[in-house]
Amino acid sequence: MSAVMPTEPVAANAAMRRTKSLSERMRYLWYLGRRSPLTLVGVAIILAVLVMIIAAPFIAPYNPDKVSLTARLLPPSAAHWFGTDEVGRDLFSRVIYGARASCGAAFMIVLISMSVGVLIGCFSGVVGGRVDTAIMRLMDVVLALPALVLAMALAAALGPSLFNSMLAVAIVRIPAYVRLARGQTLSLREQVFVKAARTYGASPFYILRWHILPNAMSPIIVQATLDLGGVVLIAAALSFIGLGAQPPTAEWGALVSSGRSYMLDQWWYATFPGLAILITAMGCNLVGDGIRDMLDPRLRGR
Amino acid sequence: MTESVETMMRPVLEVSDLHVRFPASRNWLGRPTSHVHAVNGVNLTVRAGKSLGIVGESGCGKSTLAQAIIGLAPYEEGRVKIDGEDFQGAQGKQKRALRQKMQIVFQDPQSSLDRRLPVWRLISEPLHIRGGRSRAELHEKAEELAVAVGLRPEHLDRLPHEFSGGQRQRIAIARAISTDPELMVLDEPTSALDVSVQAQIINLLLKLQRERGLTYLLISHDVALVRHFCDDVAVMYLGQIVESGPADEVLRNPRHPYTQTLLAAAPSFESPLPDIAQVRAGELPNNRHLPDGCFYKQRCDRISGGCEAGQVLRRLSDSARHVRCHLAQA
Amino acid sequence: MMTTGTAEPRGQALAINNLSLEFPTFSGAVKALDDVSISVGKAEIVGIVGESGCGKSVTTMAATGLLPKGRYRVTGGTVRLFGHSTLSMDDSQLQDLRGKVVSTIFQEPMNALNPTIRIGRQLTDVIMRHEEVGPADARRIARDILADMLIGEPERVMNLYPFELSGGMRQRVLIAMAFSCNPGLIIADEPTTALDVTVQAVILRLIQNRARRTGTAVIFISHNVAVVSQLCDRLYVMYAGRIVEHGATRTVLETPQHPYTQALLRCLPERVAPKQELEAIPGAVPNLLQPPSGCYFQPRCKEAVEQCRSQTPQLTGADGQQVACWRRGVAVELPEQGGRR
Repeated sequence: MSAVMPTEPVAANAAMRRTKSLSERMRYLWYLGRRSPLTLVGVAIILAVLVMIIAAPFIAPYNPDKVSLTARLLPPSAAHWFGTDEVGRDLFSRVIYGARASCGAAFMIVLISMSVGVLIGCFSGVVGGRVDTAIMRLMDVVLALPALVLAMALAAALGPSLFNSMLAVAIVRIPAYVRLARGQTLSLREQVFVKAARTYGASPFYILRWHILPNAMSPIIVQATLDLGGVVLIAAALSFIGLGAQPPTAEWGALVSSGRSYMLDQWWYATFPGLAILITAMGCNLVGDGIRDMLDPRLRGR
Repeated sequence: MTESVETMMRPVLEVSDLHVRFPASRNWLGRPTSHVHAVNGVNLTVRAGKSLGIVGESGCGKSTLAQAIIGLAPYEEGRVKIDGEDFQGAQGKQKRALRQKMQIVFQDPQSSLDRRLPVWRLISEPLHIRGGRSRAELHEKAEELAVAVGLRPEHLDRLPHEFSGGQRQRIAIARAISTDPELMVLDEPTSALDVSVQAQIINLLLKLQRERGLTYLLISHDVALVRHFCDDVAVMYLGQIVESGPADEVLRNPRHPYTQTLLAAAPSFESPLPDIAQVRAGELPNNRHLPDGCFYKQRCDRISGGCEAGQVLRRLSDSARHVRCHLAQA
Repeated sequence: MMTTGTAEPRGQALAINNLSLEFPTFSGAVKALDDVSISVGKAEIVGIVGESGCGKSVTTMAATGLLPKGRYRVTGGTVRLFGHSTLSMDDSQLQDLRGKVVSTIFQEPMNALNPTIRIGRQLTDVIMRHEEVGPADARRIARDILADMLIGEPERVMNLYPFELSGGMRQRVLIAMAFSCNPGLIIADEPTTALDVTVQAVILRLIQNRARRTGTAVIFISHNVAVVSQLCDRLYVMYAGRIVEHGATRTVLETPQHPYTQALLRCLPERVAPKQELEAIPGAVPNLLQPPSGCYFQPRCKEAVEQCRSQTPQLTGADGQQVACWRRGVAVELPEQGGRR
């Protein structure tokens, strides 16, 4: 309903983006954020997790692997905020260090599937024809594989390790990016500025490099951010069933898994790592939704 | 002086018997089972330094014609010659050279400029693609072109969304003249702009034509604009030229019934709204199955005996124009 | 036909008085309308002319409550639509008004029709919502009005889906829909901009004929001055959210007073010899976040003087033609060209 939306605010928005100073930009981001407080919450969560990853040794009060048999399964207290586990390790420290394994794994998975997927998708869209059809059917096959089953198969074949399970999850995630990138490529290929480039004799590679990839990236990045939340859950799930990070590595899924046996009497053991997973996944989703709304042209200029 | 007379007479663009059709439906093997016949046998010539306007309503094939000429719509029948050389058949170096001689300006500068590239990069894109120039050289060349179309050097590092529609069209024009072309195809270059801005762009195009001796092929639905801008005009209906000749003559005293209808319907300050009967506003016939005989006969109000036969574009004995109607030819 | 509006002076269909409206944005308020007054008499065809972004659509959308809620702020003025004060009405009251008292025809007919419902059903739904008739009668009314729009086989068209019609046919269906409940006012917002000239001529004729016959008032919004000149009794010229000139169509177009109206007419190719330079208006429309002082056209005006920069001109003049320009207190001869830029 373009006729209904007044054009003036759009012009004003363009006027705003003309201003280049950093403080102006920060002020604009704050203005956008204020209108969706949930996105700000998400950003805060992601920032907190990032700080945990980077500064774990400075935040964590104890060495996460330090065993203390005198302090086994202590409830949360001033000394041990999240309590301790069955060999007396400080759970708060383990949760903080766990962010590295959990989120690092999730990040790697998304990065791998995104780059491979985008490459395949753009290639498929640019080449077209039978190659395109073949690639897309192959992707349909991959899409039919359940991530956990593939992970178990890989673990059985190559031995359980965080890397193998990451690989399995990444493979299963590729088709989503292939489809997205291919769709973007197909629609961008029909854009007038791409046609113009073709009349100048631009090669398919030139068009891909200068016109398609830069313009296709925003929806792909949104997809990746949204994916991150889900992948954090899956990575944790893999570790939980013993296919991912192996003890004694501090990893949230593995922590929940070992805490499971003490669920009834020592509630804190499984609860705090579980909360960490929940909050991180939620943060990723909130940020992803926020970025999507921001990039949606229909919501621009509000 | 003799040389300039010679260049004036030389045709920059020659289109002969051009047919463009697109597959409309395919069978399960992917072979086309029916076609949309967009351009059905077009012949035209544009001499150096002149402007030819193509007028017609949506669906008449004028945009497809432009795309075929510029190389965006492949065709199996007919020929497009730039400076006497066949464009579609050219290969390698020759094709590259021909590309430089011909540029297109699209209707909507919003979509014809990649919104992620800065202005200098947009303007110099044809040169960038050709290769062999450093970034600094491209930037310098872009500055020169930007000034030529009335932009300021400080605009060069901005992104297209920071400009108004008129300024964006100036960017697109600067890009088109970057290779120093001989022929510019203008596909409704001002339809997306306000009238006051349209005037700026038209003035700019006329100025560039005077300064650089450009040859224009203007695709437009705006009769008044074509009358103002072009030396010659060709009126298209259902993929065929139905009338062509000097713009002023054809658009003041049309001879083909369709041209007459088109002119009667064009909004004007001088005349009141035409009667509905006068406009004969039938729909364009389906271009999947071309009609037999005259393409216009379903809408024509002067239908008579000879209309069942296919009509030929023939020069009238008493003027410089061609008309595809046996009644006008008689 | 209309039961309302008897209390209005001179039987006005729409009276917008001193309407000011702004869109709040990050960088401040965009002053989309400033002190806009428009009156439309019953059975009158009135044009609003201006370039994109001049506020011509915003004016009528504000008057009929079609602007997105919460995105705009009315900072002054009143709207009376057949005696109803639409600015203070809630959604359901406006809903009752739309279709019955006022209908709008938009530029893009595809967006205004539901693609999954047959034409006939969409028409009868509208008729039954506003008139107390049964399905059979509604269908009969719909058929008659389609026939009135010169649609060949109304029965067949009513069984089609919108995508099966051409753009011109869809626009006719929408006009039929707009007229179907005999509203007192039709707002046609660039209804023919997306259409070919032959189709446009027919559509304009259809609107004109039906409006004249049923005594419906029409507001015709367009950027095309020639079209407005063929259709409208009176016209308003808008620039940057203000009305700069209004009067009888003939008068305004034959003896334009405001420099903007004059420039708008002079830059048309119709009026200049082939290949001659057109008189383009230099510069661009002002940014309504920080509008210029005084007259909004002043930065682009050849005739601007100090007063134009310091004070905002009001519409003045006899009823036949009013101009908001300090240089045109009374009708004056056009000064020599080549004044200040």
